[in-house]
This record gives sequence, structure tokens and C-alpha cells, in this order.
Amino acid sequence: MARTISFLLNGEAVEVRVEDHWSLLHLLREELGLTGTKEGCGSGECGACTVLVDGKAINSCLYLAVEADGREVLTIEGLAAPDGTLHPIQQAFIDHGAIQCGYCTPGMILAAKALLDENPDPTEEEIRHGLSGNLCRCTGYLQIFEAVRAASASVRKEGIRVLSGERGR
Amino acid sequence: MEAFTAVGHRIPKLDAVEKATGRARYIQDIKLPGMLYGKILYSKYPHARIVHIDTAKARRLPGVKAVLTGDRIPKIRFGFYKDNVPLKTGKVRSRRDEVVAVAATDPDIAQEALDLIEVHYEALPAVFDPEEAMQEDAPLVHEEHKTNVLKLPWKLHYGDVEEARKRARHVVKERFRVTWVTHCCLGTSGVIAEFDQSNNLTVYRNTQIPSLAQKDFMDALRAMGLGDRRVRIIKPYIGGAFGSKLDTYAFEYIAILLAYETRRPVCILFDRKEEFFATSTRQPAIIDIAQGCDAEGRLLFRDVSMILDNGAYTSWGATTPSVMMMPISSLYRVPNVRYHARCVYTNNTWSQAMRGYGNPQATFAIESSMDMLAEEAGIDPVEFRLINVNQPGEVTPQGFRITTCGLRECIEEVKRRLDWDGPKGLGEGVGIASLIHVGGGARVYKSDGCGTLLKMDDYGRVEVFTGATDMGQGADTVIAQVVAEELGLRVEDVRVIHQDTDVCPWDVGAHASRTTFVACNSALGAARRIKERLLDLASRELAESPEALILRDREVRSRRDPEKRMEIGKLLRKAHFRLKGQMLMADYFYDPANENLDREFKGNLSMTYTFGAHGVRVKVDEETGKVRILKYVAAHDVGRAINPMLLEGQVYGGALMGVGYTLTEQLIVDKGEVMNPNFRDYKVPTAKDAVAVETAIIETVDRDGPYGAKGIGEPGCVPTAPAIANAVYDATGVRIRELPLTLERVLMAIREKGAPNPVTPQPEGR
Ligand code: FES
Ligand code: FES
Repeated sequence: MARTISFLLNGEAVEVRVEDHWSLLHLLREELGLTGTKEGCGSGECGACTVLVDGKAINSCLYLAVEADGREVLTIEGLAAPDGTLHPIQQAFIDHGAIQCGYCTPGMILAAKALLDENPDPTEEEIRHGLSGNLCRCTGYLQIFEAVRAASASVRKEGIRVLSGERGR
Repeated sequence: MEAFTAVGHRIPKLDAVEKATGRARYIQDIKLPGMLYGKILYSKYPHARIVHIDTAKARRLPGVKAVLTGDRIPKIRFGFYKDNVPLKTGKVRSRRDEVVAVAATDPDIAQEALDLIEVHYEALPAVFDPEEAMQEDAPLVHEEHKTNVLKLPWKLHYGDVEEARKRARHVVKERFRVTWVTHCCLGTSGVIAEFDQSNNLTVYRNTQIPSLAQKDFMDALRAMGLGDRRVRIIKPYIGGAFGSKLDTYAFEYIAILLAYETRRPVCILFDRKEEFFATSTRQPAIIDIAQGCDAEGRLLFRDVSMILDNGAYTSWGATTPSVMMMPISSLYRVPNVRYHARCVYTNNTWSQAMRGYGNPQATFAIESSMDMLAEEAGIDPVEFRLINVNQPGEVTPQGFRITTCGLRECIEEVKRRLDWDGPKGLGEGVGIASLIHVGGGARVYKSDGCGTLLKMDDYGRVEVFTGATDMGQGADTVIAQVVAEELGLRVEDVRVIHQDTDVCPWDVGAHASRTTFVACNSALGAARRIKERLLDLASRELAESPEALILRDREVRSRRDPEKRMEIGKLLRKAHFRLKGQMLMADYFYDPANENLDREFKGNLSMTYTFGAHGVRVKVDEETGKVRILKYVAAHDVGRAINPMLLEGQVYGGALMGVGYTLTEQLIVDKGEVMNPNFRDYKVPTAKDAVAVETAIIETVDRDGPYGAKGIGEPGCVPTAPAIANAVYDATGVRIRELPLTLERVLMAIREKGAPNPVTPQPEGR
């Protein structure tokens, strides 16, 4: 069965025909060509496919595309400002060596965003908890934690209210 | 000397912006026009005769463009022992044996086609235990081989172990076991193969060995009757490697064969389950080790014998003994050494390189045994190691010429930071283990070289075409740093291109922690040629002798006369846009002066060796068996940290991979079948398990290293297991001899404490 859904994708309205069994990950990567969202396991165990739906981090490999109907979806492609200015979390990941192979990175950054949106000043424990669904095999996580702390500080300092689903800063 | 402007700085990885914005394209993200999707049907049995394969239904399925079986393909043999073929004929020898392959217009159709294929097998008796496989009447995995024991030369004896054993005051012997673990790259394996009209082949592949893969595929083309055709390897971004992509595999040849058959690009991507069961693991081993020392605690001998479960086919796992030899012969000063390893075919999965290449396995046994011997001799483990510590200038029994060596400093740093002699809480213990690894390339192949082409534009920017492979470790960035430093440019002026064998020179591959050392030396060689010409041009423009000129801050300037200066870009334009103009380009091929091992396995394998020591403080819950790491210190002699931030990332990542190896990770293989091919049941450390590793970076500035650097890609995961196991012993009095130290295993050992040790077999006499 196919049906048409419409939702806000990275701030832009899209209308698209989807099959009932499609995952949101499939829709994004295979149908819409947004390959920034990665697949690491296809079964909800690695977090590489993390995107934000109405501000909440979800595993898009398990999330049915039809469920996105009427919602706001934010993927890694929508995080930087249209002029290319990076989101503070992206910048912090870059500056703190939190990216090696980079395969976990889009999911990790969006998981971090969901965390900081809800809790702008997380403790180390809260960061670990917030990212525990996102595996990284390269970094040993420590520089990722550093990046999240740094992003949290810069978000608070600059008084930026990072709204879910909002485009860029 | 002026401070460096690029080297030694915490410069973000060059491709980090692409990766942080989701623009970096991995093999999973590439779609070529007309591309087909290949899938592989694997064996249902660990050992069986293939009686009949019926592919008729699959062939009729709309969308299916090709179905291949072993009897319909040319004779392509691959792997270190050339005992593997892309699609099996006659019989299957493991559960990961490839039997049929299909290509279809859509992955779902390809999957449906696999489901329509019927293969009739006749089960054969199988063997899963390497010791059983060595017995006379064991089923043969490869009949033509006549025995399950591979004919490999892993045997060495330096000095006289038996004589030393007689002299030894204290002797310990023990058996250790290490099992299968796997790389768990977040990005799975994948390949796209495409032929052009003239049958030249392009392969997109997340490989660590572009040049060697190119050669392997050229051999395959020869077998296909296309011997004179070209092969081009394009490397997209690599989603992690860690040794898993150091060989060519059946699925790559299958993609090539399907592409040839269909005349269309064919993509094969592994799903996570395949990644777990159909890629090669770290080499498991049964290790018998005996060591002895004199009354003063000086090591007299080390005697090691190993049995390696080779699995059904042979990749680099079977050659890990050539690296295990390194710590066995050369970690600490030990005059008499004997080592023998046998690799045995079984119907299990088979192994490959994985970060450390056998070194973590061997070091687990050596460093656990070191603690046992220290206790036997009544000497503190740190003291005992310092008595035997390696020293600069020494030549080890294997002929390794140690240049710089910071092992003493590493051990002392660990001792200090861990507060080794300080008080310990209830259930707490401390442990230490050291490492030696190749730090200046490793001549395991006929060449250990890496080529660089360098060209400058009209604006003072430079492109570096390198043979090196970046797989996330930061090769691109450190190469840019040394080139920028040498040419007085900024790192952002340097672009490093490493993705395409059509434009990049040869390199033996990203292994042996060699890339920083070899590829940076190569890039430096090319940069120096450019520098010489820049200075020559400038000396004429500025009327100054070249010796008085330096390159810095995008300028060439005189040391003596601050008025004499010119922007490098301007200098380049002046050289270019004139009659008989010139542009600056240079090439360089760096092949280190290290040596292949001889028949006795002697030779200076690496230009320099890297050392380190890890120390941990643990708390063991005697009720649950849980080992909690309270503090972790990783001290490394790195020569020089070209980029401390990336270097720390290598150590953090390596150490946590080591922690996974030690505490939680294992592929559970039952009758040849991987029972836990997913992240739910195979426990990779998560953010919650991340250990707050404290790094201590010791710079010994090696004379042969680029700006003094040694390799650091692998060392981080080498001493983790014995450091933790030694700490667990310190905490509980329980010696765990088998990895991983799961809750059950630790708990069981604690419960059995007091019961006599089971008799362990000793290394056999030779
Ligand atoms: S791909 Fe969705 S959780 Fe792994
Ligand atoms: S950077 Fe490679 S998996 Fe995280």
C-alpha cells in the first residue's frame, strides 16, 4: 500500500508518496537522496540513523515513514544555517576531535542536539546517558563528550535557544 | 629553533566538516546509473558436500540479471594461502562459504531471488576445535592439503631456552586463551564494480590497501582472460577499518564477476549480520607460555607455543604469529626465546588483521605471565618490569635495533599517576602492562614504501597526492601538517588526495601503524624538493643566498634582512608567467631502510619501535563479578605528537577497543555458526562504558621519524587486557587466563578461589 504524506523536512514542506513498510531511513536515503543519515545496523542498535522528529531523537531505521506525516523532521543536512554556518554542536565536534571515520557522526550530533535542547547543561552522566544509544567504534567517546560540553557552554553563552526542528541556529 | 606553526598543533581533521554535515560519501551513499545490487547465498552447513544447486526459479524472477555459481566462474584463487575461491564448488567448509550470487535491479528482488534458490547439501563430519583438528583421524577441511595443520614456518629459537630454564631461579608457566572478536566498523563493508566498454575495471571499495587490491583484481582479470586490462580503485570515505579491510574478499570478486556478466555496475553492501559473520575476525589462540628469571629478577628465558584456529580459509590471521614474535622476542630484555605457532584448519570462521595484528593476544599472555613471575620472585610488578626494561641502543634477540625508547618513562609515569603504592579501597586493585610495537613502518611485504606527488598552484596552495589511506585515523591531516610546516604554509593551504589509484602513487597499505611514519616521510621528501626550488627562485628574486632564506607564514623571507621577503604565491606567479615559465611539482617515493625478516625471523623489521605502558585501577564486585575501571592511564612513547588531538583520539579509541576485548566482546561461535551477529548480543562498549583514559604522551623525537614521530594507530589497544587482568588479580587474587573477563567468568573464578588450579598442558619440547 502506498499513500501520500506531507511533513516538514529540514524546514521545508515536502509531500511524497510512501509505501507502508518503508522506514523513514529508507525514505530519506533512497527516495529523497539525503544520504547524510547513515545505516549501521538497520535494527535499532547503533544510532547511526538518528534523526529528530518533533525534536525527539529517533532511530529512523525503525520508524515508519508514514508516521512522519504532519511532523517536523530534522536530519544532519538541515542543521547548518543556509549560509553554511555550522551549528555549535557541529563546530564543537570538529574542534574537539570527536570525528574520526565519521560514520557515527550525523547520528551522534543529532542525539547530542536532542539532549542539549532538553537539558542545556548536562552533567557527564547525563551526556553518557543521552548518547548511550549511539555507538562509536573509533573515538572511545571521550572527545565526543568534550564536544558536547563545549557545545553546551557555547549554546548557553551565546544565549541561543536551539529549538527543535528549527533550521540552523 | 623557531616554534612550529603546524606540527604539534591540535588541528581538526581536514574532512571533519564534510563528515559533520553529512556530506561525506561512503560506499553506502554511492549510486551509479544503471547500478545493480548483488547478494550472496551462504552455506547452511559448516562442512558439507554440495550435491545440487537449483537456480531456475531465481533466474526467472523479473529484475534478476545474473545468477552465478562456482562452476560457472573462472578459476580465481585469493587469500594469503590461495586456498579460497569466490564461489565454492564441490563442498563448503564453513558457514560463511559463498555458494550462489545474484544481481538484480533492486536489493529486495536480489533477496527474493536468494530465497528461491535451492541447494542440496550432504553434511560432512566437521571439526571446530583446533586441537582436535590436529589429530590423525580428524575430518580434513582441505583434502588436497592432506592435513589440517598449515605449512607455515612460525618457529624460532634464539639462545638456549633449555639451558636458561636450568639456571632460572623462578619459573612460571601457564596456558592462556583468547577468542574471536570482530572489528565492528560502524560502516559495513561494501563494493561497487564496473567495467567500461573495453573491459577496464573500476572498483569502489572502502579498502585499506588500494595498491595491493589493485594487484589482486588484476590477477582476477587475468584469470578471466582480461589480463591486459586496467584496474582503478576509488576509495570513498571509510566508515572504520581497524584491519578488516586489509585483504580482498570473496564478495569483491563476486561483484566483479557479476559486473562482467551483466555489463552493469554491481554493488554489494553487507548488512550488519553479514558484517558479523561473513567478515574476518581477530585471530583466536591457545597460548602456552613459560618464563624464568634469576634471583635478581632478570629475565632469562621466554618459551611460547601457540595453536591458532585458522578456520576454513586463510587470510592474514594466519600470519599474525609474525607480529606476535615481536613482543615475544623483544618486549623487555630476554636473552633466550623460543616460539612456535601452528595454524590449524577448522570449519570455523577465519581471521584477518585487527588493530595490533596478534600483538594484543601475545601481550595478554606475556604480561599476565610477567606478573605471575614477579610474584614468584617476590618483586613488585612495576619494579620487575623496570629491571627488565628495554633501552635505547639495544639490539633485541630478533635483531630489532631499538633507536629511541621511552618505556622506562612510560612505566614510571603510569606508576606515578596511578598512585601505585597508595592505599586501595575494598575490592580495588592496580595492574600494569607494557607494549612494544613497530613504529617506523614494517617490512612485511617486498616494499614498505609510499609515494607522493606534490604540485603547487599560482597562489601558494599545494595538492598532495599520496598513496596513504585515511580511514578516520587522520592520515590526511598529519600529512597536511608536515607539508605545511616544511613549506611555510598553513594547513588549509594543503589539500591531501588519497582516494584514487589513477592519480595517487603506490603504497603498501594502512597497516602496522605505518602511515604517519612512512607517508609523512614520503610527503616530506616531496615537499623538500619543492622547498629547494622555492628557495632557489627566491634567492634570485631577493638577491639573497638560499641558505639565508626561510619559508614561513606563506612568505619566503631572509633571516638577516627583514626587508627581503616575498609572498610565496607571488613568487610562484613570477616563476610561472614569464618566458620559459615553470610550475613547481615534485615526486618522492619513500621506502624505509627496514628489513624483511630472514629465515630465522631475524631482521630490523621497523625503522623504530614504539613503546607504552597502561595502568588501571579497578574495583571488582565479588558478588557479581563486575570489573569497574576507576582509573586508566595510557602512557605512550610516540616520538613526537604531530597532532596531539588526533593522537589522543587514537589512544582513546584503541584503549576502549582494548577494554571491549578484555571485558565484554566475543563472537559466540557454535558449531561454526556465529550466534550473536548483532549489537544486542555482541557487546561493543557504549558511551556509558567509555573509560576516562588519561594519556601521558612521551616525546622521544626519533631520528628517522617525520619531525621525530612514530606510529600510534595500534598501540592503544595492545596492553589493555593484561593491565586489567593484572589489576583484577591484585584486587581478588584470581588469575583469569581467558578473554573476555565476563561477569560469569570472573565470578566463577572468585568462587573457585582456593580450589587447586587445573593442570595446564606445557609447551611441548622441540
Ligand atoms: S541503523 Fe538504525 S539504529 Fe542502527
Ligand atoms: S567516528 Fe567512526 S564510528 Fe564514530
